[in-house]
This record gives sequence, structure tokens and C-alpha cells, in this order.
Amino acid sequence: MSNDYRKVVQEVVAKFGKDRTRLMDIARAVHAKIGYISEDTVGAIAEAVGCHRVEVRDMTSFYAFFSREPKGATMIRLCDAVVERMKGAGAVAKAFEEALGIRFGQTTPDGKISLAYTSCIGMSDQAPSALVNGKVLTNIRPEDVKSIVEAVRAGDLHDGGVVSVKSVESNLRQAGPVIFAPFERGAGIRKALSMSPEEVINEMNKARVRGRGGAGFPLAMKWDFCRKAEGSAHYVVCNGDEGEPGTFKDRVILTECPDLMFEGMTIAGYAVGAKQGFFYLRGEYEYLLPYLEQVLAKRRRLGLLGENVCGAEGFDFDIRIQMGAGAYICGEESALIESLEGKRGAPRDRPPFPVQKGYLGQPTSVNNVETLCCAARIMERGAEWFSKIGTKDSTGTKLLSISGDCEAPGVYEVEYGITVEKMLEQVGAVDAQAVQIGGPSGQCIAPKDFGRSICFEDLPTGGSTIIFGKDRDLLECMEGFLEFFVEESCGWCAPCRAGTTFLKMQFEKLLKGRSTREDLQKLEETANTVKFMSRCGLGQTAPNPVLTTLRNFPALYEARIKPGEFIPAFDLREALNEACSITGQKPHDVEV
Amino acid sequence: MSKHTVNIIIDNVEIQAREGQTILQAADDAGIYIPRLCYLKDLIPGGHCRVCTVKVNGRPASACTFPVSEGLVIENDTEELTTLRRNVVEMLFAEGNHICPSCEASGNCELQAMAYRLGMLTVTQPFLRMPRELDATHPDVFIDRDRCILCGRCARASEAEGKRVFGFEGRGINKRIAVDGMHGLKETELKAADRAAHACPTGCLRVKRVGWKVPVGERLYDTTPIGSDIEQKQPVG
Repeated sequence: MSNDYRKVVQEVVAKFGKDRTRLMDIARAVHAKIGYISEDTVGAIAEAVGCHRVEVRDMTSFYAFFSREPKGATMIRLCDAVVERMKGAGAVAKAFEEALGIRFGQTTPDGKISLAYTSCIGMSDQAPSALVNGKVLTNIRPEDVKSIVEAVRAGDLHDGGVVSVKSVESNLRQAGPVIFAPFERGAGIRKALSMSPEEVINEMNKARVRGRGGAGFPLAMKWDFCRKAEGSAHYVVCNGDEGEPGTFKDRVILTECPDLMFEGMTIAGYAVGAKQGFFYLRGEYEYLLPYLEQVLAKRRRLGLLGENVCGAEGFDFDIRIQMGAGAYICGEESALIESLEGKRGAPRDRPPFPVQKGYLGQPTSVNNVETLCCAARIMERGAEWFSKIGTKDSTGTKLLSISGDCEAPGVYEVEYGITVEKMLEQVGAVDAQAVQIGGPSGQCIAPKDFGRSICFEDLPTGGSTIIFGKDRDLLECMEGFLEFFVEESCGWCAPCRAGTTFLKMQFEKLLKGRSTREDLQKLEETANTVKFMSRCGLGQTAPNPVLTTLRNFPALYEARIKPGEFIPAFDLREALNEACSITGQKPHDVEV
Repeated sequence: MSKHTVNIIIDNVEIQAREGQTILQAADDAGIYIPRLCYLKDLIPGGHCRVCTVKVNGRPASACTFPVSEGLVIENDTEELTTLRRNVVEMLFAEGNHICPSCEASGNCELQAMAYRLGMLTVTQPFLRMPRELDATHPDVFIDRDRCILCGRCARASEAEGKRVFGFEGRGINKRIAVDGMHGLKETELKAADRAAHACPTGCLRVKRVGWKVPVGERLYDTTPIGSDIEQKQPVG
């Protein structure tokens, strides 16, 4: 047995090569075979790859989907995101604990099944959801759990194997002209190849298309910087690591029209002068991998990838899919590049920007899935056509992933400029108390702002849209968002690593009714410190659930605070009560 | 290093900087102290502590990583930035398990000295009191992670001297300094004379059997605040 892990490691390293940059794939493959990565395995990987043990430990201890301890052969990861909780994940969690006789974080006594929570897996429109060894279960009801567990025990969790198990639905509610209109494979590439790379970039410039990830950087500028940057090679990376809680638009693109995205990547490769493209797919979407590999294989057969793409002499371009392993931070472009190089997903300081020094220190253009789809469509239909859709500074359409308290959750392709009011009407949300625009890292807006428009000029968004009905405890939802950032902070910089935890603790105190006005001021100060001092977008936006609700829902905070100067976070009476009930004594009346 | 010079302004004082320098390096040369913890001269900056955060043309940036360019307007010694820096230093104190009164590093500790310089009177964040491992396996050096602020200076110093003794493990609030040995520091290439063994700003990574050689009262920051060496270089203005 002791030599087994060595054999597995040797086989895997032989497959991927003695290549330090493929450490993610090597660790993933080893993990899939052995079920966890022990310290012995870490050493064997380091030896086989020819790097230091501490490098392997560093990387493998970072990603949520790598376990360093032995786990059951079946890993059930129940999604614990805020929307999932709103849709009853709590009752489902309890049902799992009862059915398996273990708590979350534990493994069944026979060592076969482990139970864990996970952050948003991109199924908010069909919550509650779970990942079982990479397979997605959706719309889980507490009464389904028993049969799910039976199926797991019988090793029979395939489609149709269990009546109650529902597979992923697209939930594409509204198709628009840019992303979800019919598309002829290769049309965009052939058009691009009839122009010079500079002309292609100019076409993006005329279309005024901006990055769809949320930041809205002009695509033409990014490609232009990348093309002009000096380097021994240029790279194109498509960011398929959508991890913002409440987003799932890329899931629908990858299901409905991955060809459009790969077409956009190929056009990007031509424009910036790259031969190699990477598609970084979040670990949670592993179930899409076989299909996406098929699509790539077909494109290679059709001459849309490989040497002399579409017969264009000298334009070689191919795409490799890199799987992630459970880390929200890898959606940040420089962290994604680190991950692609086989390291922990820690963001880099900028400057230099990835377009100057990205993958392996070379000029790299990292673009959102949706942005690259826009690029392909712009090539096909022309900049003029595209720029007439939307608003002046936000051309085209935007995919919104809508979930929460509404009748028809799903993906909507809307024209930029749509008001929140109109959007709410479309999805059947009456009496919304608040809407989370752009996910937890975006902003929580109140009805007074429902007349505002979704576009870069007014309410920018990466697409995650969570609706809170009038009966929701909004601050409790915000606490869930703060927990998320604690989980997902990479830990590189002090203000985000420690500050997100302090924010959560202060917020818990508030929700427990133990905060005074002074605590509220402290909460705001901590939030502002984390926002201002953090190194990357995660820390800079992690306090937004607090800051935007403080601004838009001050009454909710006023209602929670207590008079007086100070109340300790620790409740002495409560602690004593528990001890008293255990020992059967009566509590004395203590001053707290 | 390029010979070309550029002009930048720090707190209304115009200084000359060499192209290729970072803001922090240029400020050091000009005798202007920008508070910092994870920066160590001659090492690639890590950008971990964010204490050197300044405003560059109105936006926050870490001075240790931001390159100078002509006409940059930088704010450094302002009440706003001092408060924000103090808040971060406070977080570091509450995150770890620091024992200033009995710590061997007291008086030589950059974290402690920084707290004094920034006017920190008490810690207003709740102490996390998380368990942190001690590694005393090495004959000449020990790691007390209770006092680690994850500045990464040991890791970068080790890499710079051609070794790879240290790294990180875990993420977020559970991130810790890790060593390149299965059973601790003793299995690494670390020697007590290595720069890495002396790179720690706090009492975390210490060489054994030299404790308390310099008595309290005669230590680095006992009489002058941290940063004095830089400010004494040449008076500004």
C-alpha cells in the first residue's frame, strides 16, 4: 500500500510531464485516484516533478477541492451560499446529517462518505444544490435526501438512477441578439482573418465593447496593450472561473453555445498574436468538461483550431482547458494566471498588468467568457450593428443571472440600460425589499433606486442579481456574504486576511443584539480599512455587503443597536445557563 | 538600474527618483520614511502587510511595489493614512498571539515599534487566539507561529540565497508559514547564519541561544522610533 501512492504519482507525472506549471493537473489527477493528498504524496509529487516539497504543500493546501486528510470515496458537498439557504439548504443539510449519521466536516464510520459545505457552485437558480464527486444535484428537497444517500451507497448515482435526482437545467429565460442568437461556426474567424489584427482590434474599438466581468475595461484597449507588449510569446486566457455567489451565466453559455466562446478566443489569439489559449474552468463545473473537450475536438477537425486556422498561412492557435479546484479568488485575473502556472491562486501586485507580464511573465490577455462571445459576434455582425444596442457607454447586451425571491430565476440576456424595475417585473418579483446587483462584491440597493439602469454608467454588474423579498432578514443575508469572503480570502495581505474575519465577528455581534452605536462606528471603520488597504479586488469589495446596506438601509442597523456605551460580545448569562442546566443548578442573578 | 531620473512629489515635497525604483525606494533615498513591515531591502517586495499603502494620484497603492514615473503625486504622512495603517497593525496584533512583555524580540520588534510609531494605544479588535504550531526541531533556529505576521520575509530571503526553506500553506485566516521538511525545520537546508534566519521582523523566527544578549533598554527601538535611520539620512525641506 505504501508504494501505491508512489506508483500513482509516477504514472500521473509521466502523463503530464515533469512540468512545474502543470502541478494543478498533477495534483488533481493524483487526488482523483487516491482521494486525498497526504504528506507522503506531497513529497512524492515534489520528487517526481523536481520541485520543493514546500511548493507542493503550498499549492495543494490552498484549493478547497484538495483534501490533505483521508476522506470518503464519495464526497458530498452541499452548497451553503446565501440563496441556497433562502431556498431551504438548511433543512436539506439536516436531512443529510440524519441520513448519514454524521455532521458536516465528518466521514461516515465505514469511511465511505464524507459531508462538507461548499461556496456557491453556480446553481442558485435551481437551489438547493450539491456536488457529489463532481456530479451536480439540483432542486434538492429534504425528502429526496434519503434516496440520494441510498443511491450513493449503491453506487448508482447516474442520470435517471434515482427518480428524485434532478440534473442541471439551463434556465435560459430570455435569449438576446448577441450571445444566444444562432451562430454559424467559423463565421467570426473567417471575417477576422480577412482583416489585419490591428483592424480586428479597431473593430472592437468601434463597437465600444467593454469587459463583462464587472470592471468594464475596454476590450480593444486590452488587446492593443497586449499585442504591443514585448515578449517571447503572447497568450490568451478565457476566464471561466465565475465564482461570484449568484452568478451562473457562464454555465449557460458553456451549455448552450461554447463554440461562440472558443471562436472569440481564437479571434483574440489572432488579434494579440498568440498561439496558445487557455480556458480556465472552475472546478465546480467539471461536469461540463467532457462536453467542452468534444467541442474543441470538433473544432480541431474542422480546421478552426490547430495549424493554419481556417487555412490562414501562419496562424496557428490551439486551446487547452485548465481545471480549477475550488477558489473564488482565481476569478481575479492575476490570481488565475498564478493558478494556471500551478501555484496557489494569490493575486499579483499591479503594475505590471497581465497584458504586460502575465502567464510565465509574457503578455497575456485575460477575458471573460461573455466578453469573448461578444467579440465573436462583433466579428460576424459588425461593430456598427453591435454599437447600436445598449447605451452610449455600455454597448451590447448583458447576461443577468437572476435568483432569489422571484418566480422565474434563470439567465436573461437584456439590453444594457434596462431599469431594475423593468427587470423585476420580467422575472416576476413583486414586493422586493432589496436587490443585490453584481453579487456580494457589488451593491445592495433599496426600492428608492429601482428606477436606476443596469449599465456601466449607473449600476455596473458582472451579472449576479439576487432578489430579496419583503420578508427576508436582509442583514442575516449580508452576514452570509461576509462569511463567504472569510472563506475565500486568499490570505496574502493582512487587511483582507484578518479584516474579513473581524468584519464578520463584529457583524455577528450586531445580529446578536449586543452592539452599541460605538460598535456600529467601529464596524464602518473596519469596513473602510479593509476596502482601502487590501491588495486586490476581493478585499477591496469584501466590505460592500456592510457598506452598501449601511448606506441604503440605515434603519435596519438602527433597529439592531442597543443604548449604552459597551456590551461585551460574550454573553455570560447564556454561558452560565448552559452550565447550570448540565449540572442541574439554578443560576444566580448575575450582572452582565 | 537606469540613470534616467524622474520627479515625483511626496507630501508636497518634490524629490528626484531613478527610473525603475519603487516609490518606497525613492522615498528612502530622499530621507522620507514610509512605514512598512514586509519590505526588506534587496528582496523582491511581497506586498503582504499593506502598511506602506500611500495615495498615488489620489488612489491607494503599496509603495513597496509601485514603480515611480514622472509627475506622480503621493500622499504619505497624513492623518487618514496613519489611522488606516494603525488599523492594519492592530489587526495583526489581534490575529496572532503576541506576548510583548515577555517576548525576546521586544525592543527589536518591528511590529511593536510600528505600533508605537503609529500611536496604537490598545487593540480594539477581538483577539482570535487561534492555535498556531511551534517548530523547535532545528538545532539552531525555531519558529513560533504565534508571533508570525505572514510577511514572507524569511521565504523571500531564503529564495534569494538559493534555497527554498520556507513557503506558505493554507488560505485566508488559516494561512501559515510552512517549511520544506516533512517533520519540521530540521529537515531543511536552513543554517543559523543564513539571511533568512535573521529576516523576521517579530519574535517568530529566532536563532537559538542568543536570547537576551542585548538587555532591554539598549535595543534598536528603545530610544528612537522605527524609521529614524531613514529620516536621519538627509533632512528634507
